[in-house]
Amino acid sequence: MSEKKFVTRTGYELKRCYGPEDIKDFNADEKLGEPGQYPFTRGIRENMYRDGLWTMGQYAGFATAEEANERYRYLIEQGGTGFSIALDLPTQMGIDSDDIRADGEVGKVGVALDSLMDIEALFEGIPFEKVRQIRTTANADGVVMLGFLVAFCKKKGIDPNNISFFIQNDCMKEYFCRGAYAFPPAAGVKLSADVIEYAGKNFPNWTPVAVSGYHINEAGASAGQEIAFTLANMIAYFDDAQARGTDINVCARNIYFFLGANTDVVEEIAKFRAARRAFAKIMKNRYNCTDPETQRLKIFCYTCGSALTAEQPLNNVVRVTLETLAAVAGGVQTIATSSYDEAMSLPTPQAVTVALRTQQIMAYESGLTNTVDVFAGSYAIEALTDRIEKEIFQYIDEIDAKGGAVKCTEEGYFQRILSDNSYKRQRAIDDGEVKIVGTNCFREENEPEIPVFKLSSDAQEKQTAKLERLRKTRDNERVKKALAAITEAARRGDNLAETVIEACEAYATLGEMCNAMKEVYGEYEPMKIY
Amino acid sequence: MADIVKVLIAKPGLDGHDRGAKVIARAFEDAGAKVYYTGLHVSIEGIVDLVEKEHIDVVGVSLLSGAHVTIMPRIINACRERGLNDVVFILGGIIPQADIPSMLDAGCDGVFTPGSRLDDCTNFAFQKVAEKKAAKMMEQMTTSAVTGTLKIN
Repeated sequence: MSEKKFVTRTGYELKRCYGPEDIKDFNADEKLGEPGQYPFTRGIRENMYRDGLWTMGQYAGFATAEEANERYRYLIEQGGTGFSIALDLPTQMGIDSDDIRADGEVGKVGVALDSLMDIEALFEGIPFEKVRQIRTTANADGVVMLGFLVAFCKKKGIDPNNISFFIQNDCMKEYFCRGAYAFPPAAGVKLSADVIEYAGKNFPNWTPVAVSGYHINEAGASAGQEIAFTLANMIAYFDDAQARGTDINVCARNIYFFLGANTDVVEEIAKFRAARRAFAKIMKNRYNCTDPETQRLKIFCYTCGSALTAEQPLNNVVRVTLETLAAVAGGVQTIATSSYDEAMSLPTPQAVTVALRTQQIMAYESGLTNTVDVFAGSYAIEALTDRIEKEIFQYIDEIDAKGGAVKCTEEGYFQRILSDNSYKRQRAIDDGEVKIVGTNCFREENEPEIPVFKLSSDAQEKQTAKLERLRKTRDNERVKKALAAITEAARRGDNLAETVIEACEAYATLGEMCNAMKEVYGEYEPMKIY
Repeated sequence: MADIVKVLIAKPGLDGHDRGAKVIARAFEDAGAKVYYTGLHVSIEGIVDLVEKEHIDVVGVSLLSGAHVTIMPRIINACRERGLNDVVFILGGIIPQADIPSMLDAGCDGVFTPGSRLDDCTNFAFQKVAEKKAAKMMEQMTTSAVTGTLKIN
């Protein structure tokens, strides 16, 4: 008779019970340290949430800048302390709203931003003094987002460093998880490193990169793979930046990891702890970073959308609660919670509010914020933390041996691992081996319908009209010069930030700027691995 | 019918969420189909070309960006314009319940939303292929009966 195995969500087999023998060689000083001290397993600050809660920043944005602006203002009025600018796909890929490839996609999964004009509308009336963090999901064209933000601040007379902008700027995972790429991988890494270098030098309060494990998690990674592949991508950026003389000890003070939190609370708590320890070791030993701030892994955590079900959607409130619990017990710095209706459509305002309230309840009612790293010392948690960390370094070694993350991406290494995992998991769900309440067990017939958010469908017309007006009224000579300067700088291999800022100030469009870069870099040809 | 069913899994538009597309591609392969995967961001023309060239029986379109409203009818119409009338169209992804009737009206044979089982989806597609083939054969038999040249392959 085969014995039933008990495994975590991503496949770590657990023992019936853990005891002292499972952490025999455990040296608390070495493995844990004090909270706020190397290797930061217990958290990156001495007092953690006693000194201040995590930033509650929701992911939002759709249609036009004007409509997105309304939702941001609403979130801030409701007590949100940060927000994230979700971009529509054309904007993420460096394509203008009036481009044929953008047809049907404008304003769909985020807001359409074509030029500085849209940024001005997006931030109209936002009380920047109440906002702790503004995040954007620009990755392939992160350098253009930097240009837009700096140009906006210059025009308004604000010091860009006074707003804590957070640019995801992680193009690598786009090639093997998320698909919003623009340039080939080597050029992508170069552009991401441009932002890290420029912002690292000029805007120390910014987060110039949030290396993203979230999408790797969603694509099917195990806990260890999520962290390892994220670290490998970070290494690609840092190596590029370092090779041109950037001091990692300076520019990495404020970088983030963007990680997922799923419903398996035990596994996720161990994962966040292992991630901090592995990161600290890499910063210290691989990059010789001496500033403790660069060894502190700041985590922006998003509750995993793939855990949500279309069936019995109100149950998703409970799933998001578990995910939030794991994130808080795991000691993260920023949380964005998903809305319960996300398996059906973009969220309704009501669902968005419940998602924010979930964080507020966790903060004020759960008791988890009273003491630091409450699960430390649990035999099971410490054993699993060790095990995940060990797996992380095994993968890092393997990726190094294969020639690094860019090489692995080009060869389909990550893609194969992730699609194997996700196929196995889907089969396990279909076979009932993995149970999802409401989907493959405890189903209900005739579920009541819940209200679904309806998107205004005229974003494309509005943006197209705006672009037409813009192209007629701006100084086109200045634009032409600015675009030529981008191409030239790209040809020389210079950091593109300054030429892009000038082009943004001249009201060049996103698509125009990216095309100016493509003249040198070319475009990425997607792989067809499944 | 011993013919191997040919399935094209397509990711049109700019949507990059391909986990579902890859999983269903594998499921069709495991179920004995010959599978073609377009990779991301394929154009509508690219899809129709492949359907024609490879004699595709089933086109499975995966969309999670909301663009299905525009893209799905275009794919179906583009195939019909080329005379590819026997293709089975399946749509998967984040498709609001309210959009399903209009997708079916546009000529989509089935819509599979999150929570669907892989085997349900593949079985549905195979059954539709069989139905369409049977219907076609019936049609041919009727026409041939009239003209008096019965020929069944």
